[in-house]
Amino acid sequence: MNYKEITWNGLWENNPALVQLLGLCPLLAVTATVTNALGLGLATLLVLVGSNITVSLVREWVPKEIRIPVFVMVIATFVTVIQLLMNAYVYGLYQSLGIFIPLIVTNCAIIGRAEAFASKNPWQRAAYDGLMMGIGFTLVLIVLGGIREVIGNGTLFDGADLLLGDWAAALRIEIFAVDYPLLLAILPPGAFIAMGFIIAGKNWIDHYREQRAAKPVKEVTRARVTSQ
Amino acid sequence: MIAKSMQRNGLILAAFAIVATLLVMLTARLTAEPIAREEQRELLQVLNQLLPTELHDNDLYASCRLIEHDALASEATPMYLATLNDEPTAAGIEVVAPNGYSGNIRLLVAIRWDGNVAGVRTLKHQETPGLGDKIEIRKSDWITRFNGMTVQGSDDSRWAVKRDGGVFDQFTGATITPRAVVQAVARAVQTFKANKQEWAQQPTNCGGAA
Repeated sequence: MNYKEITWNGLWENNPALVQLLGLCPLLAVTATVTNALGLGLATLLVLVGSNITVSLVREWVPKEIRIPVFVMVIATFVTVIQLLMNAYVYGLYQSLGIFIPLIVTNCAIIGRAEAFASKNPWQRAAYDGLMMGIGFTLVLIVLGGIREVIGNGTLFDGADLLLGDWAAALRIEIFAVDYPLLLAILPPGAFIAMGFIIAGKNWIDHYREQRAAKPVKEVTRARVTSQ
Repeated sequence: MIAKSMQRNGLILAAFAIVATLLVMLTARLTAEPIAREEQRELLQVLNQLLPTELHDNDLYASCRLIEHDALASEATPMYLATLNDEPTAAGIEVVAPNGYSGNIRLLVAIRWDGNVAGVRTLKHQETPGLGDKIEIRKSDWITRFNGMTVQGSDDSRWAVKRDGGVFDQFTGATITPRAVVQAVARAVQTFKANKQEWAQQPTNCGGAA
């Protein structure tokens, strides 16, 4: 698999959230706002790249039978170490992002990539795959967070300053004012419904592209029919 | 044959477990001190926010004493006594709410000497982002609702979330978190009123005094 294919796979064709449907638990739990979605996305991206590299580096020494427990240990160690380091040296960032980190351990997209890709490829490719899968996951999170925040609260980027620093307070957009938040959009059922629409949208685009690719052939047959 | 591969795999697994544990232990050891420093700085900032200089002329961090009471926390917990001209005016107590949605919630409850709450802040918690984390002052001003309130008697019905008949808002999709916080603050105020004299007499033995 070359780098172009890895990119396309991670961002669209085999997107961890839209196609593999992995990591739904953290995805649905924290995407009530764009800011939270971005926070979880970035933390997942970091862990995914790190665990992919590590798994790829140790793959020669791990027999097939015990690979899963070893991967679990690698990921858990990685997450714990990152959490401790962030807590000690970037306290401000940890305060806003740290709470997402334990959620990442439950994200099966990470062990999925370790098993399906990193354990069979050299570390450079594994790192790139982790990066692309992470970006694909983050983009879906942001779209989902955006939809739920607009419908539920009528805002976008609410609280971005907590994640990105004080300058980001200016990013907050109020699209319309609501007296009461629309509960359905903010609670998990709303997340499932919005996620369903996003997946349907992706399938529709794929379908449309397929049809367009097949169109020239159809036109020829139709031309023959009308001529008879 | 099987025994041999079991032995081999077991050894490899054990080796990975040892390396992983060592890595985590080493990181925990190396980061313990900076983490404690950051938490202390955060605590000092919160203390000075809740107990303004009109209330005290002493060094709050140096006036720390460990107090023990089951209603506050399972272990001895620090109390920072604020004094003005050597008269006690208020105290900041670290309280643990053990029944949060996801583990302990550590709070700092500042109470004036007359039993009115001067302010409450959340020090540490693992509640769900977007739902239970509104107990943080950065996310919502919910926690300022305690300011100026006090507990009347042993069974004050106002000290509960609205769903339970009290005066405190619950959060959309999260009732357990605010319920735990309200109960913990109520317990702190009650025990403070009953024990404040005795606690103020205790020698300083923690924080900046240790």
